[in-house]
This record gives sequence, structure tokens and C-alpha cells, in this order.
Amino acid sequence: MIPERFLNALLLGGLLGVALLADWRDEPFTITLATRATILAIAATGLNLALGLGGLVSLGHAVFFGLGGYAMGILAFHAQTYAPVELGPLAIEGTTSMPLIWVTAIAVSSLAALVIGLLSLRTSGVYFIMITLAFGQMFFYFAVSWSAYGGEDGLSIYVRNGFPGLNTLDPIQFFSLCFVLLCLVLVLWSRLARSPFGLALNAARQVPARVETVGLDPKRLKLAAFVLSGAITGLAGALFADLNRFVSPSMFSWQLSGELIVLVILGGVARLCGPVAGAMLFVALEHWLGGLTEFWHVWLGAILLLIVLFAKGGLVGLLSGRPASHD
Amino acid sequence: MTEPILETRGLTKRFGALVASDGVSIDLRPGEIHAVIGPNGAGKSTLIGQICGTVIPDEGSVHFQGHDVTDETVAARAGRGLGRTFQVSALAMEDTVLQNTLLGALSASSSPWRLWRSVLNDRDLVARADAALGRVGLSDRRATRCADLSHGQRRQLEVAVALTLSPRAFVMDEPMAGLGAEGSKALTAFLDGLRDKAPILLVEHDMDAVFALADRISVLAEGRILATGTVAEIRADPEVRTAYLGEDA
Repeated sequence: MIPERFLNALLLGGLLGVALLADWRDEPFTITLATRATILAIAATGLNLALGLGGLVSLGHAVFFGLGGYAMGILAFHAQTYAPVELGPLAIEGTTSMPLIWVTAIAVSSLAALVIGLLSLRTSGVYFIMITLAFGQMFFYFAVSWSAYGGEDGLSIYVRNGFPGLNTLDPIQFFSLCFVLLCLVLVLWSRLARSPFGLALNAARQVPARVETVGLDPKRLKLAAFVLSGAITGLAGALFADLNRFVSPSMFSWQLSGELIVLVILGGVARLCGPVAGAMLFVALEHWLGGLTEFWHVWLGAILLLIVLFAKGGLVGLLSGRPASHD
Repeated sequence: MTEPILETRGLTKRFGALVASDGVSIDLRPGEIHAVIGPNGAGKSTLIGQICGTVIPDEGSVHFQGHDVTDETVAARAGRGLGRTFQVSALAMEDTVLQNTLLGALSASSSPWRLWRSVLNDRDLVARADAALGRVGLSDRRATRCADLSHGQRRQLEVAVALTLSPRAFVMDEPMAGLGAEGSKALTAFLDGLRDKAPILLVEHDMDAVFALADRISVLAEGRILATGTVAEIRADPEVRTAYLGEDA
């Protein structure tokens, strides 16, 4: 059995190693795969905050991923066409600066998470899953019908947005940027999990009645977790759009919400690096099995089934030997 | 007469045709243990629910430290210093004894919105939690997962969590439930010393404990208070004897 700290270092080191090796061997496609895994890991770490610590099974996290993506798409589109974004009396200039796009993506997705969370947290269990799914579908169909930004066909951005001091078109530089963000998000997650807030949230997931009785509002704790969670997934959405230089309504699809949950479960719910392990495995399977058969999801399903039945702590739980902290 | 810390006035709660509380007026004065006894279905749990805020009364009001708290949430009442223990332990089973106790401590020091610093590095919080664990005698168990505690230890932990809040009044729902004779005795002695810190409204089935601890007893039957008085008065009350204690009591 591998201690979890060591395993985490191994996972992150492995991800970085794959990208560096691919750069050395001049295989840009492999770097793109590593970048894809990194960005999905950020998105799933966001979900792991709501799902793992808060126990909130959100089937609508694609909303935040998609909003992050469209924040990038719309700002970059307006920069491309030199026309400001018209918001009533306000006219906002487009931008190709990643930091500005990230701030926008985080702001928009937190706001959406606040509104969705306020409404969804009135329910729990299956109803919570359904209401978050419903919000996801609303955003999906809105994006499909939003012809100003490509509607169903999506929106292509021809040049990747810039980051001061970096050439983001160089695959390894863009990967490094995403990797640093992943590490920052993981630090944030682990601090949160150990903080007084994390302790209270963890208790609110298990025994809301107790949390109320000591004078705290479990709903408010969960709402805060949901907003932070949405913000992180939104940031990942902006990065994902920049990786593909393309945004489409599929970023809002419920399949994507489902995939994020699958990533977290594969890797290990409420484990710091669970989403990283899940995303790496997912992208690897998608690439290798996807190359062998069009129906690779069958095998993904089989693996997911095995994990759920025999390793409730996911891959990280299986390898570190620490039993599932909760089901 | 001293001003009561906790008081209900004419609490009435109906569930359909069933009247679970029928004009219940009861008070808790500083320094006393006031026991509420009554047969199953007498409305004890409904009464506790209304006092703590989980059940909304149809009529009547709840007053805590001179404030009308009838319309306040559970959390707001807890914030005023109402410490509750549950009949069926409500603890975070996956967490350690210390973590459960810290939950109360961090609420009392109003720090749940600190997102960055590790909770275990906060000396004030940990000291507060440890002090409470020490008082109930669970110090050597602080790193044990709650799920691995014995039933009696969970009851002790319930009390410890309530203690971290430094409450102005306790509401305890059958703290002796499921304890062996030894455990009951130990907890009885502990509660006896607690009344000077804050008065206790004690709902309990264990008659030995009630008679040993209570300064006053209220007898609840079919949602109504049959009688309130000292242990001797209640023992002597003919109506109570028929309704609850049995003729031979």
C-alpha cells in the first residue's frame, strides 16, 4: 500500500512527466492529452468540493464548465471582431488576455452557482440531482438557440488567448500554465478540507441536525461550498475552451456533468487527488481504447462498475489502502 | 421568585386529530434540574422539538432569557445559548471524537467561515474542545472515530459537544437511554455537578436518575401537564400515581 501523500506526488509527477517527456520527444498531441487531463482534473476537483466534502450530487456542473467556456468564447470573439459586448447601456471590450478571461469565467460561474444553489438546496437527495440536471438542460438549450454565438455549431476562436510572458501556442507552455493552476486548486481544496469551514461542511453532510444544534446553518455552509465548487469548474471551462480553441453547447451537456461525476468516483470521492487520478485514467482510456473501438465507453462502464463494487475509495483509495471515508 | 431562563407559555401542537401538546406551560429556573417525565406518546419529544425549534407550535410561545424565540430557527436559538443533546446520538460518525467536539467549539467562537487555516492548528479551538472532553472523561478517546465508540461513550460525547457551546441552559432528551447501570450512575453524578453551570431541562425515563437529580418534576400525559412539583410532591400526587407511576409506586 502506498501512503496517500506519496501517491498524490506520484500522480502529479506522472502527469508532469508525461508532458515533459512528450515535449522532449516532440509529440505535441500527447501534450494536448496531458493538458486535457489536467483541465478535466481541475473541473472535477471543483465538483469534488461539492460532492466529496458537501455530499451534493450535482448533475449540473456542466453549467459552470460551459459558462467558463462561453466567457472565453464571447470575450475572445468580440476581440476578434473588434466589436464591444453590448450589455444594455454597458459596452464591454472583448479581450484575449487569459487572466481577464479567467476572472470573468470565475465571476460568472460563481454567480450562476449562487442562484442555482439557492434554489436547488431547498431540496435534497434525488430532487437535488434532478433540479441541477434541469438547470443544466436549460443552459444547454439556451446555448443551442443563441445564434449570435454560433448556436448549435459553436464558436471557433482562431488564436489561443495570451498570458503575459508566455507563448500559449507552445503546447508545453500552455500545459505548464494549466498544471500550475491545477496545483493551486489542489492546495486550496486541501486547505479548505482541513479548515474550520471544511469540518463544519463535513458535519453538515453527515448530520445536518447536529450542525444546526450547535448554531450553524448547514444550508449556508453547503451553498458556500457549491459556489466555490462552481467557480473552480468555471475556471476549468475557460481553459478547456482555450485548449480546443472552440466552444459549443456540448460543454453544457448533461453527459459532461455525468463525466465529471465519473471522474470523481473513478479516482476517489473526497480524496485530494481523486479527480486527478480519475481524469488521467479517463483520458488514457479515451485515447487508447477509443483508438481500438468506437464503443470504448463499454469498457469504461465495466471499470466504473468494478470500482463502485470493490473499491469505494476509488483508485486513490484502492492504492493507498485507506478505506473509503464515506460512501 | 427568580426569573426563569427558559419558559414555554401555552404551547399547543396538533398533528391532525392528535393533540401532541395541549397548552403546555413549563419553566426552567437558574441552578435547577427540571425533569419532564411521562409515558410514551405523552408528547415529550414534541415539547422538546418546540423548545429547540424543530417543531413549530400552533399556539403559544417559547421564551429564552427574556426573549420570545418562538419564530427563531434552531441555529438562532443555539446561538443564544440553548444546548441540546439528542435521544438518538446525532454525531458525525466518520469523524473523530475531537472533530465532533471541535464542531461545537468553532461554532461558539464563530469561526466556521475561516477557510484557510487548519482547524487542528487553532489552539483556542482545540483547547476548548479538549476541556469539554476532559469534563466528560473522554480525553483518552479524542482520536477515536465516533463510529468506533461504545453507546455510552457516544452519550458522553453528546454532552461534550453541548458543553463546548457554554450554554445558558441545557435541554437533554433521554441522556440515559441505552446506558447500563454503571453508565447511568456516572452520568447522573456528572449532571448533578453541571446544574451550577447551567440549568437542565431533563426528559428522562430512568426514574432512579430523575429522583436523584431533579429539583422539580413535571408529569406530562396526553400532551398536558398533569402536575409540577418537587420529588416528594410528585411521589405523593394521587393523579400522577394512577396516570404514570402505577398504583404501587
